[in-house]
Amino acid sequence: MSGIIINSKELTVGYGKKVVVSGLEFEVHSGEILTIIGPNGAGKSTILKTIAAQIPFISGRVDLNGTDLSVMSAQDIAKTLSVCFTERITAEKMTCEDVVSTGRYPYTGRLGILTEKDKNIVREAMELTGITHLADTDIRFISDGQRQAVMLARAIAQQPQVLILDEPTSFLDINNKLRLLGILKELVRSRNITVVQTLHELDLAQRFSDKILCIKGNRADRFGGPEEIFSGDYISSLYDITKGTFEPMYGMAEAQRITGEPEVFVIGGGGRGIPVYRRLQRQGIPFAAGIIHENDIEYPIAKALAADLIAEKAFEPISEKNITHALEVMKRCDRVICCLEDFGTMNKGNSKLFEEYRKSRRE
Amino acid sequence: MSRKRTVRWTVCFIVLVLLTGLFFVLELAAGSAKLSAAEVIDVLTGSSNDRTAQIIVKDIRLPRALAAALLGGGLSVSGFLLQSFFNNPIAGPYVLGISSGAKLTVALSMMLTMKYGILMNSAEMVGAAFVGSMLSMGAILLLSGRVKNMAQLIIAGVMIGYICSALTELTVTFADDANIVNLHNWSMGSFSGISTDNVKVIAVIVLTASAAAFMLSKPMSAYQLGEVYAKNMGVNIRFFRLLLILLSSILSACVTAFAGPVSFVGIAVPHLVKTAFGTAKPIVIIPASFIGGAAFCLFCDLIARLLFAPFEISISTITAVFGAPVVIAAMLSRRSQKGSV
Repeated sequence: MSGIIINSKELTVGYGKKVVVSGLEFEVHSGEILTIIGPNGAGKSTILKTIAAQIPFISGRVDLNGTDLSVMSAQDIAKTLSVCFTERITAEKMTCEDVVSTGRYPYTGRLGILTEKDKNIVREAMELTGITHLADTDIRFISDGQRQAVMLARAIAQQPQVLILDEPTSFLDINNKLRLLGILKELVRSRNITVVQTLHELDLAQRFSDKILCIKGNRADRFGGPEEIFSGDYISSLYDITKGTFEPMYGMAEAQRITGEPEVFVIGGGGRGIPVYRRLQRQGIPFAAGIIHENDIEYPIAKALAADLIAEKAFEPISEKNITHALEVMKRCDRVICCLEDFGTMNKGNSKLFEEYRKSRRE
Repeated sequence: MSRKRTVRWTVCFIVLVLLTGLFFVLELAAGSAKLSAAEVIDVLTGSSNDRTAQIIVKDIRLPRALAAALLGGGLSVSGFLLQSFFNNPIAGPYVLGISSGAKLTVALSMMLTMKYGILMNSAEMVGAAFVGSMLSMGAILLLSGRVKNMAQLIIAGVMIGYICSALTELTVTFADDANIVNLHNWSMGSFSGISTDNVKVIAVIVLTASAAAFMLSKPMSAYQLGEVYAKNMGVNIRFFRLLLILLSSILSACVTAFAGPVSFVGIAVPHLVKTAFGTAKPIVIIPASFIGGAAFCLFCDLIARLLFAPFEISISTITAVFGAPVVIAAMLSRRSQKGSV
């Protein structure tokens, strides 16, 4: 990786004298994707606007390519940094190509007439985001996903070193979300561009970011790689999640657990139990789950949803102690659901559990 | 496609220029004293010996035709600048009350100066109109910070227009009998009585301001995407917005000073031109609006002069008849494309 592109020290951002976020310290290198996450209203967009020189910062310092952003000329900033925001474009009678062409603004002459070279760059940008077929279509008559691709092409045509995107994936379907982030990844790789973006989709933030900046309560809370940020309970505390849980490894949210005396005992494992857990949760029935190995694919979900969970250590056969415990819990339940058809070597304990249950039914 | 576009634009420009030429010649030839095209050309080339024809064409009809063309062009450009500024196709100097503001200050200054037996010269008239334009503009800008909805802003503009018109009427009521006729005619809007000297002043102001507007077409095209993107592309937003306001005010002030308030041209012509050209690119639309405005006002002035000849109708009556439906069409077309006015 090459040099530092954006570097901030003790940066405080806001509107006028009103501080929105303070204590911002981060650095991004070229060829990296920095994602800003945090609760609604934490000031993520304000940070983006500040870095994009849309609003002046209150105190501290932010350098773009080693130069203090506040002393750079509008022209220099325009050639270094381009933005892609979610504001709806209301311009009338503008084709998508017209919109992308405006990206050449900082490079054209007094009247903004495009040279052949400019036109090629515009065409290339449109190809890259897959909107060549929309060139002559009015910008107002395309879908949200297409419009986002057009605005991204516009930003690319500006040939920036830094690309700033405010919630680029909001309003897009999953296919378009992945496509858009894939294009960003490709840009970063092939052109060594730096991307600074805000995302609400934590799963995507985790998968598509090199660095993550977490904002909470008017402060920069944490800055680091996704593996540091998505560990332990940090995300839950960042968002103050109380009505459910967030599983950092999978980047996955689960609804709130139904607590209370378990009414159903679920014998799960290998992912078979997941739909059962979720159905019981939806129906508002407290349940117990067991016996799940800690390295089982469904362990995090059972842990998030079950009122009572009997778990076994990873890679260990199920212990007698756990079987006895599970049987006790099972006895107090009205119903037992066994999701398994056959039991492997390590899972013998569950087969025993099931046998015991059937015996008790016969009696 | 870009080829197809170039062809379309070229054809449109040629049609506009031909129309302007046609109406211009008609404006010179037609009237209570009918002249043939040949006679008109003779007078213009100086090979005519007909003294009456010379006076009619050179002193009366030519300044009037030039004024109609220049002021019509300026008014359309002024409208297009305001539409860009407010990002709203139904913004214009007339509906936003800017013309009426100019009318009021011009009427007031005329009254005051006449009292002391002074006649204002062209530049002073424009100056007075500019002050009025800026006052109305200031009021609109103050309001625009408060109202988020564009429809409300337009209503506010229309109301400002009414207030200014009412005050103008009040002023005229207290004018001396001798002045009333003049003032009244002027306040209804008319291209009549414009002298060759006036035309020179008009030409300097309108052509300079329109050329300046043309030079702004690059930042205007960036601004069409919204302030955020324009700023990101390096546009100095404050300075740019100030220039838009100043240029559109100068243009509409010039029109009002010489022809009184002329309604709806500022909205109708840019809308028609944008529809015909199939684009809103300022670099195309500014010159096209200028030529289109010239043709439109020459055409309307012809009707104003000839419809009930020898009586003249005020120019605003005619521009309203042709312009207002276009404004409604502009509003509807915007509504049908999702998003509100």
